[in-house]
Amino acid sequence: MRRPDRFLFYIGANIFIIAVMFIHSFAATRNIEQVFAKKIELVKRYGLTDLCIFTEARYTRHPSQADLNTPFQDYPLSFEHFPSGSIISPPEHLRLGMKNE
Amino acid sequence: MNSRIEIQRNILDFTLSSLLRRKTKNAVLMVVFTIVVFMLASIIFFTNAVKREAVAVLQNSPDIVVQRLSAGRHDLIPADYIKTITDMKGVVSVKGRHWGYYFEPAASANFTLVVPDDGGEEGRIVAGKGVSRTMRAGDGDILPLKSYKGEWVVLSIKGVLKSDSELVSSDLIEISEKDFRKIFGIPKDRFTDLSVTVRNPKETLTIAKKIKDSFPDTRPILRSEVLRTYDSLFNWRSGLLLIIAAGAVLAFIIFAFDRASGLSAEERREIGILKAIGWETSDVIAFKFWEGLVISLSSFMAGIILAYFHVFVAYAPLFEPVLKGWAVLYPEFRLVPFIDPFQIATLFFLTVLPYTAATIIPSWRSAVVDPDQIMRSQ
Amino acid sequence: MISVVDVRKVFNAGKANEYIALDGVQLDIEKGRITVIKGPSGSGKTTLLSVIGCMARPSSGRIRLSGVSVEGIPDDEGYVETTSLPERFLTQIRRKTFGFIFQQYNLVAGMTVIENVMLPAYPTGEAYSAVRNRAEDLLKIFGLYSRLDAKVQWLSGGESQRVSIVRALINNPSGIIADEPTAHLDTKLSSEFMNIIESLNREGRTIIIASHDPVVCESSVIHRVVEMRDGKVIR
Repeated sequence: MRRPDRFLFYIGANIFIIAVMFIHSFAATRNIEQVFAKKIELVKRYGLTDLCIFTEARYTRHPSQADLNTPFQDYPLSFEHFPSGSIISPPEHLRLGMKNE
Repeated sequence: MNSRIEIQRNILDFTLSSLLRRKTKNAVLMVVFTIVVFMLASIIFFTNAVKREAVAVLQNSPDIVVQRLSAGRHDLIPADYIKTITDMKGVVSVKGRHWGYYFEPAASANFTLVVPDDGGEEGRIVAGKGVSRTMRAGDGDILPLKSYKGEWVVLSIKGVLKSDSELVSSDLIEISEKDFRKIFGIPKDRFTDLSVTVRNPKETLTIAKKIKDSFPDTRPILRSEVLRTYDSLFNWRSGLLLIIAAGAVLAFIIFAFDRASGLSAEERREIGILKAIGWETSDVIAFKFWEGLVISLSSFMAGIILAYFHVFVAYAPLFEPVLKGWAVLYPEFRLVPFIDPFQIATLFFLTVLPYTAATIIPSWRSAVVDPDQIMRSQ
Repeated sequence: MISVVDVRKVFNAGKANEYIALDGVQLDIEKGRITVIKGPSGSGKTTLLSVIGCMARPSSGRIRLSGVSVEGIPDDEGYVETTSLPERFLTQIRRKTFGFIFQQYNLVAGMTVIENVMLPAYPTGEAYSAVRNRAEDLLKIFGLYSRLDAKVQWLSGGESQRVSIVRALINNPSGIIADEPTAHLDTKLSSEFMNIIESLNREGRTIIIASHDPVVCESSVIHRVVEMRDGKVIR
């Protein structure tokens, strides 16, 4: 096999893997209701409002429930000291100035 | 037509041979390029999957959550608010909810305690997978929690939530209302917050305004706001993206600069030779095009594939230290592989194209000169 | 036949460092013969070769090639005037009509002998295997077959010279243009080179050599010597 053909074969193999990736992704997410059935059941059962990604601070454990004062709850001059607080951005409805207040 | 393909194959052959001359340099380049794409793609896959999952799952969260604020803090809400809100037009039902955080000193972990709608079973709890893992306690084990008075409330675990729901339930403890009040000393007429069910989703905002008017000390949070929170949770300004993306972009600029800063005398001489022996300007540019593409396309594809495995097969082990932060309880959630072709295309256009362009453009000037320069530069 | 009609070539025209390399050159080069262009350095030999070989365009004047067929160009008048052709036709002529042998050999370092030899055939779109076979045959003729996969920087001067000759022959051109081909060769290798030139000529190829090396100029195989000085043909 000539060198360019080996390279094109390599590219083709990569494209094939990426295609498999897409098929895998499509198959795994086709039926959302079914895929998330268990989680949806828990959300309904407990009335959950947030995902459990960070467990270190209130305002990152339940970002959607955080209010404007949350980061100050320990002390008004305290700096952000939880890494997760710098990873996520504050909820949209807080940044938009709490329209409904 | 066939000969056109043959020409490109030949030029590609020359390109590969040319790249193999500087094996180490180009291998390092490709590894770094792959890492850059891998990092960016991992973040894109991860954040997109979290977002999509949040939106899919939290569709079922309460229509409105009513919080009470006191002195800038989330405070317990009195039970008599329920009656007033229930009487509002368009409200189907209002439920007082109990939930809160419990700090477990032995493990230094935070748990989220929730009371189910039916009030729960006294003395028995259901633990999230993360709680079970952190406390090394499973089905049938005892989990004592300390009350506000310092007394132990002994609870037995009647079940552990399955790991496939960890993304919503890792740190949860389902507890009965009686035990919850016992632990936190919450009076009978107080709730953590209220969850309001609305008849017509279009009226949600109006009802929220009405609640706010009747009880100025409350803060209604709409489901749409919850969903939007997750839609923008990891936006470009948030730390994770910004820091990694900044590093990646800088690395990328260094590459592109190295390419774009011009050709070495050696490279220019080679282009001269090629032209002198009968290569057209377009052949030389095709050579440079392949040179850029071979490096950037193979790195791009390897990066994408590795990122997919990293995030959806290995469950993002490299992000763990970042996501974990100071937390002791780390949810081992498994993301469902949502991928967005548009985002992958964007990444392609931001990496492969500029690199290839940065390779071609400086060669352009050398490629159009008369080939006799090679004869005169002796 | 190659006709050079009143060709001038001026570098850096209109600037302070203006330099007239060719000043009204008038020359006919017969087909199938060995012509040597002789003259001191700076006399315009190399420039004349590059203008004839379609590597550069003259500032004025014309160059006509007869007995050359260029795809897409009618030669109703029996010749092709290269001075007015678009670049891609010049490239075609460079590729098919002439093979070039340079003073510095101009091999691409880091690549093997066979790759260097095949380079001029790459953009022709000819089947790889056919080119490869021809390259191997030529390398056999020139005693380089055993060096097929050697990197060109490992070759001796004489070997490099022969590789560059094979490269010039790969597209089977009707003419060979050589610029100071013996500048880096000793007398023995230089005479060997002239023997090669003679055999190429016997195959019917037109050969133009620029040189001031006596081994070349006084060789018995050449047919004609053209002398140049200060951009003009003096004899």
